[in-house]
Amino acid sequence: MDAVIENLPIYLEGFRMTLLLLVVSGVAALILGTIVAAMRISPIGSLRAFATVYTELVRNTPLTLVLLFCAIILPYLGSRLDYVTAAMIGLAVYTSPFVAEALRSGINGVPLGQAEAARSVGLGFTQTVSLVVMPQAFRMTIPPLINVFIALTKNTSVAGGFFVFELFAATREIANANGDAVIAILLAAATLYLLVTVPLGILAGRLERKWVVQR
Amino acid sequence: MSHSSVLFDAPGPKARRASLISSIVTGVVIVGGLAWMVWTLAQPRESGGIILPGFFDASRWNIFADPEVWQFIIFDGVLGTLRAALTAAVFAIAIGVLFSLLRSSEHAWIRVPTSVVLEFLRGMPVLLMMLFILLVLDTGSFWAVVIALSLYNGAIIGEALRAGLAALPRGQREAGLSLGMRPLQSKMLVEFPQAFRQMLPIIVAQLVVLLKDTSLGFIVGYTELLRVNMNYLASFYGNRYLFSLFVVTLVLYLIMNLSLSWFARWLSKRTASKSSGARLDPDNPNQAILMAEATAAARKSEDNSPR
Repeated sequence: MDAVIENLPIYLEGFRMTLLLLVVSGVAALILGTIVAAMRISPIGSLRAFATVYTELVRNTPLTLVLLFCAIILPYLGSRLDYVTAAMIGLAVYTSPFVAEALRSGINGVPLGQAEAARSVGLGFTQTVSLVVMPQAFRMTIPPLINVFIALTKNTSVAGGFFVFELFAATREIANANGDAVIAILLAAATLYLLVTVPLGILAGRLERKWVVQR
Repeated sequence: MSHSSVLFDAPGPKARRASLISSIVTGVVIVGGLAWMVWTLAQPRESGGIILPGFFDASRWNIFADPEVWQFIIFDGVLGTLRAALTAAVFAIAIGVLFSLLRSSEHAWIRVPTSVVLEFLRGMPVLLMMLFILLVLDTGSFWAVVIALSLYNGAIIGEALRAGLAALPRGQREAGLSLGMRPLQSKMLVEFPQAFRQMLPIIVAQLVVLLKDTSLGFIVGYTELLRVNMNYLASFYGNRYLFSLFVVTLVLYLIMNLSLSWFARWLSKRTASKSSGARLDPDNPNQAILMAEATAAARKSEDNSPR
């Protein structure tokens, strides 16, 4: 336990980097994912095909491989990004198809009859989408999106294996320096992760229950 | 909302032509962008006064003509990955079954601790779990990878199976009980096989995640595909082959993962056509579990309504 308290500054430094990775790559993934989702439902066939192939390929690539590409292959190819930025890009790219799928399934989850009803009472395309479909799709989308961000929180730990000093890397360093208190050190790190993931999970569960039953 | 044509009037010949033209134009732009990237990579590059060959030059790929390299990649790399994935998959399904039964137990003193453990396992990064097992239990890297992956994915499979159990019609359990089965018998013989079949696509989709996550072994020092290619082979043959080794690794991973994903999707279509239930999307486990839970909630409210 003493080892944990002594090393608290290192933990917090790592935790701050974890949160930074989470926020920056989360926002970037949200933007990228929205673009991909828009491409997937767009009327332009080639964009649709591109987005489908992108989703399929990125989702079936291990995150370790993506981050290895960003940390080792990109500098080798001549990029001058620092490791943190590269890891953010990697995490954002890896997360974007999951965001896109969550958005798309939210829109697909709105029953066809809703749009038909809106059209039959004379609403136009913009009105149908903005007044009838989107408000319902939005609430279907939020819980899965929160789940995507929970996964992202846990995925930031992989960046710790590729030269980014975040919570996992900090934990590994502290554990290597204090071989006698490994259990306490690892549990402290787990607690910090749970501090982010569990409240998010409870929030997602609550929203799911609240919004799904109403349908 | 699968037919987006409901949203707007059917396009006339002019609109159709416009969309065809823009489709071709963007297609050309995309293909052009990809071609430009490949062309840039193929150019010879200068580094410190030395001209190096482009990335698609034969001198960067000639190691792959050597069968010994492939022997390494297949027998140490791919088999290492598959060995860990297969072992972890078996354990994960067993743990998932156990968790789902404990979690849907009638006794609160079993149910509540189980859900706390599940929450703990699901909220922690797998990598941290691997480090934990490696340092605390001192098992060696293979078992660290396998145990962490089984626990984590077991927790998720358990949750999926529990949702499947909850979504079954109540009559199934009642029928079992009325035949004189004990609650556990009815659960194991009547309810569980149905829940398992219903949730099978989700479980297979989770196994794709498991297969992908074996690559975390790279970080904790387990010898699998990524480590063999990017560490051993890359340091043995030198930096020159780094890019080509990466491409080969990527392609091998994609082959393994895509075939498993497609299997999950095929399975999902098959189960959907067999049972009358709605099709659960293996690409979206959260959504699928959500649907099962919604069904369960709807059933519950039906049962409570006066008849």
